[in-house]
Amino acid sequence: MLKRTHFNPSPLPYLLVTPQILITIIFFIWPASQAIFQSLLVEDAFGLKSEFVWLDNFIELFTDEIYFNSFGRTLLFSSLVAFLSLGTALLLAATADRIVRGATTYRTLLIWPYAVAPVVAGALWMFIFDPTLGIVAYMLEALGYDWNHRLNGNQAMALIIFAASWKQISYNFLFFLAGMQAIPKSLTEAAAIDGAGPAWRFWTIVFPLLSPTTFFLLVMNIVYAFFETFGIVHAVTKGGPAGATEILVYKVYNDGFIGLDLGGSAAQSVVLMAIVITLTVIQFRYIERKVEY
Amino acid sequence: MVENRPLTNFCSHAVLIFAIAIIAFPIWITFVAASHDAVRMTQTPLPLLPGDQFFINLKDTFTQGVGNAREQSVGLMLMNSLIMAMMIAVGKIIISLLSAFAIVYFRFPFRMGFFWMIFVTLMLPVEVRILPTFEVVANLGMLNNYWGLSIPLIASATATFMFRQVFLTVPDELLEAARIDGAGPMRFFKDILIPVSRTNIAALFVILFIYGWNQYLWPLLITTDKNMYTIVMGIKQMLEAAEESPEWHLIMMTTLLAMLPPIVVVVGMQKLFIKGLTETEK
Repeated sequence: MLKRTHFNPSPLPYLLVTPQILITIIFFIWPASQAIFQSLLVEDAFGLKSEFVWLDNFIELFTDEIYFNSFGRTLLFSSLVAFLSLGTALLLAATADRIVRGATTYRTLLIWPYAVAPVVAGALWMFIFDPTLGIVAYMLEALGYDWNHRLNGNQAMALIIFAASWKQISYNFLFFLAGMQAIPKSLTEAAAIDGAGPAWRFWTIVFPLLSPTTFFLLVMNIVYAFFETFGIVHAVTKGGPAGATEILVYKVYNDGFIGLDLGGSAAQSVVLMAIVITLTVIQFRYIERKVEY
Repeated sequence: MVENRPLTNFCSHAVLIFAIAIIAFPIWITFVAASHDAVRMTQTPLPLLPGDQFFINLKDTFTQGVGNAREQSVGLMLMNSLIMAMMIAVGKIIISLLSAFAIVYFRFPFRMGFFWMIFVTLMLPVEVRILPTFEVVANLGMLNNYWGLSIPLIASATATFMFRQVFLTVPDELLEAARIDGAGPMRFFKDILIPVSRTNIAALFVILFIYGWNQYLWPLLITTDKNMYTIVMGIKQMLEAAEESPEWHLIMMTTLLAMLPPIVVVVGMQKLFIKGLTETEK
């Protein structure tokens, strides 16, 4: 935590942490406490006076069917994104790990979607699936499948899942590959001498040894799907059709900035904060446990 | 590789090539769309092979602008994105270096309190506190300028943690030697700590540049002045306009331009990028 030798006491360290602490207080701690405070208030229609209502906003939130549905959709969305992108990335990392020639080239070609902004990823997928012009929509139609994500809620959901997973594959791939390269070669070699084939070796040696990486990535992917996919939803579906793709982050924005329901939006913010804090705590407990090994 | 299995090797290459083809498909289509003229882009099926209008579209995108966004130039939006990304990346690195230095090399009251305050920022992504943060920024008069775009995103627990980790691995002998030679804290920081953590700074810069460039929700909230739009936001405006006048060839050209800088950074500085990614997140 602290160096054994350090500098003599002086006011200097306070000066050094000041910029970061100021920004943290002004833009993080103050707004967060405002959100918590506001979530306990109800404002009248003109925003002139507000009334303290304790947990009414939360009760309203959790008895609201629309919010409940949005919660369910978010869970579905994030588990499918995590499953799809983790599965694909694991397969690709396992194949890239056993290749000798060209591995770096493959890696280069697989990592760049990480650099694409969510909203841009949304634009790309929206374009190829555009119901009137999109090339994939056209192919699907030729196969007899009618694609229109502007009208069909399930198709809209599928589209944002594709776009979100597509962007996340590179991230997962890099971590899986790094994890696999850290596994001692002697283990797989010993198994190979005992006659285990590549697939068997993967399931009995590589996959169990990767479990810390997999767990870490699972949490990161859920965080990603919960919070960083706002741009995709906003660009592709705007939560529609009929709220079919309204995930929680989008709803906070929509209720707060478009619907101007301050108390309700603040209560939703608080719920989201609770989710992030839970996920971060889980993540850190796991890191501590790993250190003990 | 453990043993030689030609068939499995062949399959591995096939799987990877197939996956790359799928992953690259959206980008290929974007590139193709950006190289055709407006008329061709309204006829189905859309082309799968590039046309010959690429440079004409490139010129048009910069000189005419696109869709509703016609009044704001693509060049200006790219510039805004660049300034915002640079301010966020450089700002985060500077304040994290300073606070990590204070936390590792000094013993002072409330040291752990400060450490936890920084840690809290890890738990509060901008998405969960948008309304109150917006109010703070509005009250400070930081709407529609570069300060408002970058400063609220500058505090970063991950960068501080990473530098703390790096500083902890710096041998104590370096500090002792510096002190014997009469160097003060800032001298030590500038002449020894910064040079030894050079690679980490560069790796972090790559990650933070991409983070800054790709910001969307925050600029969307606090910019109403067209001259402050970033390119990532601009694309959203164009998509909305596309419902009335689909100028897909120009929209896709702008999309390519918006993707290019971060992709060049990731691919060009691959080693640093991977280092930065795996070290900040763990």
